[in-house]
Amino acid sequence: MTVKLKVENVSKIFGPRPKKVIPMVEKGVPKDEILAKTGHTVGVYNASMEIMEGETFVIMGLSGSGKSTLIRCLNLLNKPTSGAIYVDGENVVGYNKNQLKYFRQKKIAMVFQHFGLFSHRTVLENIEYGLEIRGMSKAERREIAGKHLETVGLKGYENQYPDELSGGMRQRVGIARALANDPDILLMDEPFSALDPLIRREMQLELLDIQNKLQKTIIFITHDVNEAFKIGDRVAVMKDGKVEQVGTPEEILEKPASNYISEFIRDIDRSKILQAEHIMSKPYGLVSLKDGLNVAIQVMRENGISSAFVTDRKRQIQGIVTVDQAINGLKEKKTLQEVMSTEVKTVRPDEYVQDIIPFVLDSKYPIVVTDEDRTIKGIILRVHVLASLISESTDEQNETQKL
Amino acid sequence: MTEFPNVRIPIGDVVENFIDFLAMNFDAFFDFIFVISSSMIKGLEAGLLAIPWWIFIIIIFLLGWYFTNLYGGLLFGAFIFLIGTFDLWPETMTTISIVLISVILSLVIGIPLGVGTAFSKTLSTVMRPVLDAMQTMPSFVYLIPVIFFFPLGNVPAVIATIIYALPPVIRLTELGIRNVDKEVVESAQSFGSSTSQMLMKVQLPQALPTIMAGVNQTTMMALSMAVVGSMVGAQGLGERVLYAINRIDISLGFEAGISIVFLAIIIDRITGGIANRLQKHRRDAA
Repeated sequence: MTVKLKVENVSKIFGPRPKKVIPMVEKGVPKDEILAKTGHTVGVYNASMEIMEGETFVIMGLSGSGKSTLIRCLNLLNKPTSGAIYVDGENVVGYNKNQLKYFRQKKIAMVFQHFGLFSHRTVLENIEYGLEIRGMSKAERREIAGKHLETVGLKGYENQYPDELSGGMRQRVGIARALANDPDILLMDEPFSALDPLIRREMQLELLDIQNKLQKTIIFITHDVNEAFKIGDRVAVMKDGKVEQVGTPEEILEKPASNYISEFIRDIDRSKILQAEHIMSKPYGLVSLKDGLNVAIQVMRENGISSAFVTDRKRQIQGIVTVDQAINGLKEKKTLQEVMSTEVKTVRPDEYVQDIIPFVLDSKYPIVVTDEDRTIKGIILRVHVLASLISESTDEQNETQKL
Repeated sequence: MTEFPNVRIPIGDVVENFIDFLAMNFDAFFDFIFVISSSMIKGLEAGLLAIPWWIFIIIIFLLGWYFTNLYGGLLFGAFIFLIGTFDLWPETMTTISIVLISVILSLVIGIPLGVGTAFSKTLSTVMRPVLDAMQTMPSFVYLIPVIFFFPLGNVPAVIATIIYALPPVIRLTELGIRNVDKEVVESAQSFGSSTSQMLMKVQLPQALPTIMAGVNQTTMMALSMAVVGSMVGAQGLGERVLYAINRIDISLGFEAGISIVFLAIIIDRITGGIANRLQKHRRDAA
């Protein structure tokens, strides 16, 4: 994966003489004090991040954390006070007027919280706006706009005006308008915050769908942790204009960089974020088919367990054998293959914990995590699932994983 | 120490000298303006008078119907018919011409100025006291210098009318453009619009309802200048009112006066209707 967009030490300070305030911010003077003393507002301070091609990158923070200011720096609606922004290796902060126009027309498009639609234009005229100002012919831009209208499921609404549509539909127009420009980078500034919860969920899924098809680089802003973790490949958490932590949702859940972030993610439903591979432990107490019953009993005794998983040479799961089965088998002079039970519950590494819970409750034995060819990746005990749901127990859990 | 000290700062003289200077040195320029505006007024007046009375009434009826409602159209038609019965038809056409030309010239000057003030804080700061002066300075005061530049007649009336009626359209154009939703402007920017594309395709269309409210105000104020304008020789209904005052002719005074009111109502409702129609698709859509 290549770096599509690199933000390097970007600061944005609002006020008449922003550069003068930078030394104060460097000294760590709090925002409120700077505002009281100098009348300058610190929007973003020293933000750095790298965003990969095709990635969905979420910037999360409460209102006033500077996330909207930062995203507006990326297409230079806000010109950074200091720092650099590289897109495909070029520093866009240094662009002149024409370069900037070209950059905005071809490479980057934006979706707004309150849609930012042109109320004097019909839906179709809204979508074709970006193409129109590039000077594309009417027939051509109509065709492209129509195609994107269909992508967002608004066929038949071409000639309506934005205020005749519901909120969800208006934001679809906003998305179609941004996509019509065929940008490499899509900026989304709290696009679903103004929508009611049902519509929001629907739009989130649709965005994931569209992203699967188009593979754009998406930078998505939200104040909603659940939304951030659902949509983001990686998430940056901002507070008071500073980037507190950048990482995958799992990394942030497992190792929050500060108390603030721990607080932030406390209410999150962890079972919807964590997947089997995050909570499983290394498989132990495995017996190979060729080993036979004696070895199986030995293994169980050594590990202090009452059942063992049976694999073939390639570590593909074959079945499970309990200690009772093994002892009876020995008495009756049967082979391991004959006494083991082949009914083993397996899950894939990317299954969410919330989907695994029912299996764990039903089964007396551990659950096996396997990949597609049934090779054992790990096992999940009931305790793993419980531990994963409680954030405080993360350290303990990491130790179990190391076994 | 009850009396003000005997100091004199002769601002009035300075202005008078300046007006004299202009009148003497920019003769050709004022002649040019005179010819242009007087021929515009004459042309429009002749055109209006050439329309048969019943066609004119039908046009007003249709405009009223289209921009307000059937009832409005009928009422406006009746108003015009009444004016006809007062035997004030040609005077009414003259007044309409003067008002229309004043309004058109006000818009030609006012909208670009309004756009300018919306974009430049400096211009806006400079313009504000000027606009205040234009609106509050008694109009008779600038009638005096205007007659230095132009012969008595319709043209000085138009100039005085423009001075009086210009501020609302400038102010409301500025307000309209400044009030365009921030996200709408940002979204136009984010697509790489140039300044002129932004203005023509987004800001002006979005500001249009507010600008139309300014046009409506300007028109009403232009009409209210009809009588004052006749003091520098403008013809039309205002001149009839003035004549009635001199003759203490209550009947003529009322008829000419009520005709001006009728025109005001018709113009207000029609321009208001146009503004509403523009507003239709843009309520809270941002």
